[in-house]
Amino acid sequence: MSATTYKPLVLHRPRSERVIELLLVGAASVGVLTTVGIVIVLLLEATQFFAFVNPIDFLTGTVWSASILPFRFGVIPLVTSTLEVALLGLVVAVPLGLLAAIYLAEYASVRTRTIIKPLLEILAGIPTIVLGFFALNFITPELLKPLLTSIGTFNMLSAGIVVGLLITPLIASLSEDALRAVPRGLREGAFAMAATRFEVVRKVVLPAALSGIMASIILAMSRAVGETMAVVLAMSFNPQLTINPLDQGGTMAAFIAQITAGDTPQDSLQFKALFAVALVLFAMTLGLNLISNRIVARFRNRYS
Amino acid sequence: MSLIGAPAVPAPRFEPQLARRKLAGTVFLGACMAAIALLLLALILLLYEVLTDGLPWLSLDFLTSFPSRRAERAGVLPALVGSLEIGVMVGLISFPLGVGAAVYLEEYARNTFATRVMRTNIANLAGVPSIIYGIFGLALFVRALGLGRSPLAAALTLALLILPVVIIATIEALRAVPDSQREAAYALGATRWQMVRRSVLPAAGPGILTGIILAMARAIGEAAPLIVVGAASFVTFLPNPLQTGFTVLPIQVFNWASRPQDAFQGIAAAAIIVLLLLMLLLNGLAIIVRARLSRHLQW
Repeated sequence: MSATTYKPLVLHRPRSERVIELLLVGAASVGVLTTVGIVIVLLLEATQFFAFVNPIDFLTGTVWSASILPFRFGVIPLVTSTLEVALLGLVVAVPLGLLAAIYLAEYASVRTRTIIKPLLEILAGIPTIVLGFFALNFITPELLKPLLTSIGTFNMLSAGIVVGLLITPLIASLSEDALRAVPRGLREGAFAMAATRFEVVRKVVLPAALSGIMASIILAMSRAVGETMAVVLAMSFNPQLTINPLDQGGTMAAFIAQITAGDTPQDSLQFKALFAVALVLFAMTLGLNLISNRIVARFRNRYS
Repeated sequence: MSLIGAPAVPAPRFEPQLARRKLAGTVFLGACMAAIALLLLALILLLYEVLTDGLPWLSLDFLTSFPSRRAERAGVLPALVGSLEIGVMVGLISFPLGVGAAVYLEEYARNTFATRVMRTNIANLAGVPSIIYGIFGLALFVRALGLGRSPLAAALTLALLILPVVIIATIEALRAVPDSQREAAYALGATRWQMVRRSVLPAAGPGILTGIILAMARAIGEAAPLIVVGAASFVTFLPNPLQTGFTVLPIQVFNWASRPQDAFQGIAAAAIIVLLLLMLLLNGLAIIVRARLSRHLQW
């Protein structure tokens, strides 16, 4: 950009310029150093844990019992709970977010946009702890218990619903960007062939924006997988191998919060377990983010 | 129209079926508006729940007392002070780091492999769950650098968390400055840093400040990384930046909301109101900053 197009006229660079540039490089390197640091910390501490617990047992075990004897560290229940909460969240967020995005991009007038966009931004800005409070004090007692009488106070469904509310603005805004990026000519061509607006959306715009929309969904899933506070309040922590949303479960992030919030001594096996769980969590979110980036890069400009 | 020897097959008539197609469109539009109405409803219900649960407990005593085993006597003072302290520190730490990184990437860096790595890295960091930042902060600031469970360690951790957001916002603000400003500075004989400091940064200033204030508002609402870094559950003293032991509003909410008694749910809601008001203030400040400071920009 401007760094390479124009250069200053100075013939020799004073030393102060060099110093400043070095400081700025230092600031820019903090990002890379943070990523490297995170990976190193997680690997180092997790290896300490794996000295006591077989990694294969950890990755394939179906019982997680970190606080109650006999100690078992099978991570599968945590992973299934995490994925189930995330998927329930997507079930809520994808229809709501996508329909809102289509409305904003294709139907809404300028005046309606100025009302709806702030609404989505407010929803996006609410701290997750408040959403957890909402799940605990409204969604479960007023919404779920009257409908499904056998449901407990802590359940995966309310955690999933509230995580869905959390990630809807993400899907809505990213999908809206993807829809807006579709060139007008495509729409106008369809209109010229006497398509109704719904048909234009369904047959031309949506397929064109599909890669951006899919990327936004995967990004939202990554966010849902990493969510902690809303899930901890809505579902607490009770890992079991179950797919019944009326049951309680325990996500990976909730385990980390649980262990660090309590009095577990920092050199105990339970405490070390949290680094191994964090490693799995980090790998999952990183994987989802990379897939999302790949989808955007691969299918970009297909319709330009 | 039939060819000699071929059976006569009439061309199919095109049925526009306009009414049915338009109906489908109307149904879809209804679904879109229902989705938006549902989101609006959820937001309203949430605010309603928080306000009805919390307003009865909100009082001056609540704002100036310490937590207590009895909900009636409990207050948010240490949490409020902790949030404000940590918020200010987060802003002060992330400002030079974030703006410096963005200035380097936008004004100094050539398109090398290293700079491309830095850019993708920032995008990836923005997607790392906040609790992982907490674990990193625990290992680096609390343990390795020996800061212990202090507000300073918490502020450093949160600063790293919001750093990608600050960098991206600053890059956007820098890109909004037209190149003519840079060319003019060079034409007057400025060095690159002189150009940045005296021409570009003041012009991008409102956008940068807005970005930082909004990032601070987000940092104040974070609980998960601070739980890992060691925010305490029951703080009966005012936090000191370098000493162990502190709490912030979201953690206090978490604490109270985890208890089954209705009274504690009530004061949790009251604390949420305080937190939301604080965030509202910051967002309002960001809007004012952007509006008032960009008045003089003319392009």
